[in-house]
Amino acid sequence: MSESALRVVWIYPDLLSTYGDRGNVLVVERRARQRGLDVARIDVRSDQPVPTSGDIYLIGGGEDRPQRLAGERLRVDPGLGRAVENGAIVLGVCAGYQIMGHEFIDDQGQRAPGLGLLDVWSTRGESHRNVGDILAEPDPRLGLPTLTGFENHQGVTHLGQGVSPLARVTVGGGNGTGDGTEGAWRDTVFGTYLHGPILARNPAVADLLIKLALDVSALPPADNTWYDALRAERIAAVQQPA
Amino acid sequence: MPANPEPAGPSATLPPRAKLAVTAGKVAAAVSRTAGRGSGSVIGGKVALRLDPDLLRTLAENLDVVLVSATNGKTTTTRLIAEALKAAGVVVSNALGANMPAGITSALADASEARFGVIEVDEKYLATVARDTAPKAIALLNLSRDQLDRSSETRMLAEHWRESLQGSEAVIIANADDPLVTWAASSCRKVVWVAAGQAYREDAWSCPSCGGVMQRPGEDWFCPTCGFRRPQPHWALRGDQVVDPQGSSWPIRLQLPGRANLSNATSSAAVAAVFGVHPQVALQRMEAVQAVAGRYESVFVAGREVRLLLAKNPAGWLETFTLIDPPPSPVVLSVNAQSADGTDTSWLWDVDYERLVGHPVFVMGQRKLDLAVRLEVAGVQFQVVDSLAQAVAMAPPGRIEAIANYTAFQQLRRDVRG
Repeated sequence: MSESALRVVWIYPDLLSTYGDRGNVLVVERRARQRGLDVARIDVRSDQPVPTSGDIYLIGGGEDRPQRLAGERLRVDPGLGRAVENGAIVLGVCAGYQIMGHEFIDDQGQRAPGLGLLDVWSTRGESHRNVGDILAEPDPRLGLPTLTGFENHQGVTHLGQGVSPLARVTVGGGNGTGDGTEGAWRDTVFGTYLHGPILARNPAVADLLIKLALDVSALPPADNTWYDALRAERIAAVQQPA
Repeated sequence: MPANPEPAGPSATLPPRAKLAVTAGKVAAAVSRTAGRGSGSVIGGKVALRLDPDLLRTLAENLDVVLVSATNGKTTTTRLIAEALKAAGVVVSNALGANMPAGITSALADASEARFGVIEVDEKYLATVARDTAPKAIALLNLSRDQLDRSSETRMLAEHWRESLQGSEAVIIANADDPLVTWAASSCRKVVWVAAGQAYREDAWSCPSCGGVMQRPGEDWFCPTCGFRRPQPHWALRGDQVVDPQGSSWPIRLQLPGRANLSNATSSAAVAAVFGVHPQVALQRMEAVQAVAGRYESVFVAGREVRLLLAKNPAGWLETFTLIDPPPSPVVLSVNAQSADGTDTSWLWDVDYERLVGHPVFVMGQRKLDLAVRLEVAGVQFQVVDSLAQAVAMAPPGRIEAIANYTAFQQLRRDVRG
């Protein structure tokens, strides 16, 4: 692996890759390469240690049982925590988002401890499952356009003082707390319920992760023709349901 | 009721309530057909079951029932088994893929002289249908991710199968190369294990029994944590031959293309053997099967040959990519996201579209823009089109492979019929 490569770590594809989460890895990789960067992609299976030297860490969604197993294994592996202390960038989606909080509800209905990387905790919604397209307006400090995605979760995530909402929902459920928030973030750690995958629907978020990793404020332009067309179509479809 | 109902078979011996229900179902189906709403088998079954909730059980009593369930290949395999069993008796089957209780009831109501009922069952309904039909054999082919926004998750499905099949008297014909299927079948009393292969493995890295990380050296698989492992197969697919439990090899000569169908034929031969049909006879009969419900069918559009291929989920797409003509044959991709397809298109990112590099690719369907982004990231050259006709007009020479998911495939079939 070249010293100059951007190291993209995909955590536990064997457990947390149920909803096209591989797409987030592929989009980061593609958009970094389009900017002339070397990329070293490191897939970490759940029987392998999480490296501390990654630049961007991606954690995907999964079923309830794999989520519990992933939480158990990540809690005894200091790798991700150390990486975050060193300033690494993390994006967790759905189950991956919940695992990064203080606790979540596991497949046996028990409260399971998370990693505490985000000041959030997750409970289970009463009966309603949030399934469908979602639109949200991101925290203005992030400089991102409207977020579009697909959500599919029963979990409800409550935010503490130590995080900000990633976005405000305009269509969909988001965190499910009834306050219109979606996702959470602090510094370089981001959590969201948006599948789609989120980075395929929102390439500006992929670029944000790359910019944070490189500590730069801008990247050379990339061709967004098809991303823009898809975004326009999904945003219009959600605003005017068929 | 007519004075002399013409079918003389089992329906003549049905209890009065069941007879009434069968007749009512046929009337409802005929009305639906006349109104141009399809075959009417589902509505007919619903009407019949409302009049006699035990009808499926009653109809199945006179039959040797075989159930076929899987994520992929159940329609084709049902057809292959039906052909093979015709060597031993008359077969009734839900050949057109109406695979939930109403459609199944409707199909069995057509039984006249039948000895066998060969029934494709939706994965989620296997427990219910198995309870009602007292099957002699159940074929379990594979389980992988499919329409996650509306169906249950794969491991939960395997667990559900396992719990519902535990006390079954049926012979279970199960794919030993699929850890989830093996988990579902391994608590059954009578299992025939078939080494039928598994191309898509992304749902099989986590041990279904204990959650350990599966090891997969070569063809084998095992969980180092709890010891759950691949059973010794009785039947196996080797190249394009079926190896039977005696170690004899029998060639498979299907008209249907692809590794997945060799796998389906192997499982079908194992099912046929349960009913005393010799594998050589069974496989010869399977040679007659051509396109099943339009799948793999070649059609001509503006003088060009177009082969219609159905791929509904990542495992199905992977199998389909292995059977298409090599580059530079043109490829058309069509994807919809209706409720029958699953409205979440995230699965596109679990499919290795990178395999299409070198093919001229045309994308269409309701979600062609999702495909466009997917292919852009995969580094595949593509053009976005509005219709099959437009793709055909633009395509360079060669047979055109048109791959579509469920409702997009139905749309393609309607389009080519004009």
